[in-house]
Order: sequence, then C-alpha cells, then structure tokens
Amino acid sequence: MDVVSTVFSFAYQFGDAFAFLVISAAGLAVIFGMMGVINLAHGEFIMCGAYVTVAASRIGAPLPLAILCGALVAGLVGMAVERLVIRRLYHRPLDTIVATWGMSLIATQGTLIVLGSTMQGIGTPLGSVAIAGGAYSAYRLVLMAAAIALLVGLWLLFYRTRWGVLARATIQAPHMARALGVETGRVYGMTFGLGAALAGLAGGLYAPTMTMVPTMGATFIVESFVTVVVGGADIFLGAAPAAAILAVIRAGLTAWQGQLFGQIGLLLAVIVVIRLMPGGLSGWLAARARR
Amino acid sequence: MTRHNPARACALAATLALGGGAAMAQEPIKIGVLEDQSGDFAAATMVKVHAIELAAEEINAAGGIAGRPIELVVYDTQSDNRRYQEFMRRVLQRDKVDVVFAGFSSASREAYRPIVNQFDGLAFYNNQYEGGVCDANMIVTGAVPEQQFSTLIPWMMETYGKNVYTLAADYNFGQISAEWVRNIVAENGGTMAGEEFIPLGVSQFSQTIQNIQGAKPDFVVTLLVGAAQASYYEQAASAGVGLPMASSVNVGQGYEHKRFTPPSLKDMYVTTNYIEEIDTPASQAFIAKFKAKYPDEPYINQEAANSYIAMNLYKLMVERAGSTDREALRAEIAKGDVCFDGPSGNVCLDPKSQHMSHTIFLAKVEADHSITFPKVWENIAPYWLGEAGCDLTKNDPSEQYTPSNPPK
Repeated sequence: MDVVSTVFSFAYQFGDAFAFLVISAAGLAVIFGMMGVINLAHGEFIMCGAYVTVAASRIGAPLPLAILCGALVAGLVGMAVERLVIRRLYHRPLDTIVATWGMSLIATQGTLIVLGSTMQGIGTPLGSVAIAGGAYSAYRLVLMAAAIALLVGLWLLFYRTRWGVLARATIQAPHMARALGVETGRVYGMTFGLGAALAGLAGGLYAPTMTMVPTMGATFIVESFVTVVVGGADIFLGAAPAAAILAVIRAGLTAWQGQLFGQIGLLLAVIVVIRLMPGGLSGWLAARARR
Repeated sequence: MTRHNPARACALAATLALGGGAAMAQEPIKIGVLEDQSGDFAAATMVKVHAIELAAEEINAAGGIAGRPIELVVYDTQSDNRRYQEFMRRVLQRDKVDVVFAGFSSASREAYRPIVNQFDGLAFYNNQYEGGVCDANMIVTGAVPEQQFSTLIPWMMETYGKNVYTLAADYNFGQISAEWVRNIVAENGGTMAGEEFIPLGVSQFSQTIQNIQGAKPDFVVTLLVGAAQASYYEQAASAGVGLPMASSVNVGQGYEHKRFTPPSLKDMYVTTNYIEEIDTPASQAFIAKFKAKYPDEPYINQEAANSYIAMNLYKLMVERAGSTDREALRAEIAKGDVCFDGPSGNVCLDPKSQHMSHTIFLAKVEADHSITFPKVWENIAPYWLGEAGCDLTKNDPSEQYTPSNPPK
C-alpha cells in the first residue's frame, strides 16, 4: 500500500510537471523550434488564451468550448501579428527579439490598463479524487491526458496531413517549396498562427488553476524556453523527450529539496545540454541516426 | 445627500481660496509616491496610490498642510526593486520632495532604504511586513509580527491544534516571518510539521500540496506573496487539502477571497488592521469617500488605509512641528502622542521604533467567501523593537533586526 501510494504520487508529480512543460512549450516549439522566430511574446499569447477562456466561461460557455475559444482567439491574434510585424523580420532574428519583446510589454500593460490589475478566476472544476491513499486534483489528471493528446494531435497534423507536409517543406526549404508552387507566405502565417493558438490553448487549460493577472504569461516563459532549447528544432524528437527528462529532474528535485531546487535543476539541465549538445536533444538524436 | 453638500461647498471654497491667491504664495509640500502600478504586485498596490491621492485631495480642500498645498510626485515602480532605487534617487535628488511614501515588498524597501539614508531623507513604509527596521529615516505604518503573529498563531493553535506547516515566499519577508511563526509555535508548545519556501513567481504547487498532505498539519500558515504564488489556493482546494489556513498577508492585501471562486479560501484566518468589510462607522465613512472618488476600485485593503493614515499623520506632525524638517518631525514623534483617529480606529506612533500601534482584526473567510471577525485585539503596540533594544530617540542604527539577530 505504502509503496503503491509512493509510486503513484511520484508518477502524478512527474505527469504534472510533464504536462506543464509540454503544454506550455508546444506553441513555442512551433514558433521558435520550427520557424526559428524567438518569440518573447509567447507568455502574452498564453495570457490572451487564458483571459478569453475565462471571459467565455463567464458568459456561460462550457469549459472545453471556452478553452477552444481561447486557443482560437490567440491563433487569430497570432496570424495578425505575423502579417503585420513578424513577416518583415524573418531574416532578422535579432530584430524579432526586440519586436516580440515590445509586443509583450504592450500586451501586458495594455491588459493592465484596459482590464485592470486582476480578473476573477473561474475555479478549478472536477474537484479531487482519492487514489492509493492520497487526494489528488482530478483536473490535473485531465491536464496530463491533454498533454498526451496534444502531442498525438500535432504529430498527426504534421506527418499525416497535406498541410503538415507543406508546412515542413516550407520551413526546411522555402525556395524549393515556392518553386513547386507552395504559397509559402500563407504557410508561414498559418504556422505562426498555429503556434500562437497552441500558446492560447496552454493559457486556456491552465486558466482554471491560476491567478488571472496581466503578467501571468511570465510564469510559463522559463519552462517553455528551457524545454524548447533542450529539445531542439523537432517537437517530437526533441520537445517531448526533453519535457519527459526535465519533468523527472524537476519532480525528483522538488520532492527531495523543494521548489527552489526544482528550478535550479531545470536551469542546470539546460546549461549542460547546451554545452554538450548544441543542437538540443533532437539535433543530437538526428546526428546519431545519420552516423 | 444633505451630508454631502456642506462638504462639497467646503471643498469648492477651499479650491477657490487656493486658486484665489492667498495660498498661492505658499510653497507646496512635495510628497514622492513610489508604488507598484504594474507588474506582479499591482493588484494589491494600485489602491495605495489612490488612497494617497484621496488624502491629498481632502487635505488640499481643507487648506493644505499648515496652509501649504500638497503636490504629489508619483512614479510607477513596476514591482521592480531596481526601479525603486532609480526613482528614490530621482525624487530625493531631482524632485527634492519633502517626504516619500514608498514600497510594497520588503525586498523593495531594503532596496531603497540605503538611498534614503544616503540622502538623509524621510520615507513612510505603509505596509505590513516582517518587522525589525530600526531606522530614523523610516516611519512604518504597517502592522508587524508582534501585532499579526503573536495574536494569530496562538489563537489558531488553541482552535485547531498545535501541529503547524508554514508555506512562505522565499525572500526576506517570508524567511523572517517564518522565523517568527516557528518561535511562537515553540513558545506555545507546538511542533512544526514542515516548512517550505517558494521562490517568487512560482505558480505550480502540485508537489508542495502533496508534501502538506503527507505532513498532516492542523493548519497551514500561508505567507505567499504576489499574483503567481496566489495560484496555490485554487490548486490546494482542487486537490482537496481542506486545512484551515492562517496568514498575515492574504485577504488584507491581495483580496484573494474576491478573486477566487468559493470555497477555495474557506477557513482562511488573517490578522489585519483594516479591510473594507470592517463595519465600524469610521470604516464605512472611509469607504464612502473612497468609492465616491474611485467607483471602480476592486478592493480597499489594509495598505490603502495605512497610506491614508500616513498622509494624515504627516500633516499632523508638520503642523505641530511648524516645519517639514525631519528632526523637527521626529521630535514630535518622540513626545509619544502623535495619534490619528482614522478608518481603522485610533493609531499612535511609537517613539522608539517609529512604528504604529494597531487594532488588529481577525478576519475569517467563510465558505461563500464572506468575511466574519471572530476576534478583535484592541490597540496592540509595536513593542518588539523597543523591548529588544532599538531606541530611535537615542541612536539610529539604520538596521533591520530579527528575533535571531536582535540589537546588540
């Protein structure tokens, strides 16, 4: 009994950390990992999704629908941002840092001015469940399932649909894709929109568990960048295993020494990985496969 | 309505008088206001700026401080300690203000305090905190641990049991407050079931919640700070922790009971010197004035009341001293009778520590997130610093002391 509860509680903590890393990093993995745009406004897309989710839920939409609304609105905002700003800066990566950082400041302060310093939350649904002698939040189990579903869905989208092939072709060899008749501009716009929508989805999924403030996106930023940097360019070969490894490090260290060491472990891991595998996990795996 | 008219007529007359010339010749008294109007702490601190503006408007309408109008110099410190240092230098050096009202987090106070000392200025810190600042350049109107913990913790131990878990923000406020809790628990024959310090900005509490569930305490002392850490309550409620909570910072600052869905804060107990639910005539009058000027104010918290009181105490001191000179004001404090009857009742400044006495209300959050007050402690003096050996009427160490590092 004791062994079962210890094992389950570690599995739960691992799953919780894994879900947080995957869900918060998915959008960034598309925008930064695949497209190479260093998006410092990632947190603000998350905030946007969370605010829309709470607002939709407040006017009566059921939570799953509200979350989809949040993702959709964030995606549309992302496509608009790509069209107006990012499109002009694809060949100037350093300038995108400044541009997206500026957008993030505008979004945070704009939300503060328009909607005030805080917004009432909607409460976590589903309550708690008792498993193996401990009480656990049922909604967090849903989040773990959502993280898995998200990975499967993205894999199907990129590897089993025509759009996925076009998107990968456009990003790997834009000139060749254009020569073969792909409207690369549109594909870039939609891919960026997808990344923003995934960020919005992260905000929507975590909105019921968090404080609604304009700066809420910032709490996702470190984890998402660490996951994507450790993972490298490929979401499935990189970000997903990176999230799993980082989740073990984080859950283990947090259980052993508390939150501070969990954070230290995460940052140490990224330093070690950048030193030993500059291409991230996926770059390292790809290089080994080629050998 | 009849009550409002004379006040408005009076305000109008005063404004006309000010505009008319007599008072124009008087130099304004400049008050620097450094508070977080954006960033992680903004939810709790925007209202402090409003309270200061309200007090300034009232004082100006009534003829100013000794005939001199108040001019506020307000900067947004963005919940960023470096901004505090930058703006503190600016208000003292460039704007040459007479007094500064500054700071929410203890980290920000300790960031700007050396600068106040360097330029020999005078600052009001209108925030509850972990106590121990013995500095002649500072006047503290917020409540301190002997007011908030020496009341709260024994009451909780008597009511719920003696096994205590502390969850605190990992910086000077949380660490020193946790030390106070630890000492008071030991003095009352209790045990610490556990202690965990959470870095600022952390918003995911799964493991922490599990640690608490495993330790099985009788109640949890939550000393969490900032919007991110406030996510704890929602997550603890959804994991079914269900333990009573005790705090010196929640509800009274960040109005978590208004922001979260009931019943996630059920059985949270907070010692505070003011919150808007306090039902005394003085409190009601304060709220009416506040809502008239700021109808959209989400919550009038204890720091709003403290900021408002501080403005009025400053007026009183300057008028009694006949000058804005810091030493003249401190000579008034040394007399021990600088008191003000404000929204939270009668409060007085303690000469030894330049901290303020408070009536402390024990606020309990019910299942529907309404507030009840099971207990009130009248007129608790900020006694610890004075008893430990800090005496600002004799010398000025400009130090922050803790129970494990008292004055020598």
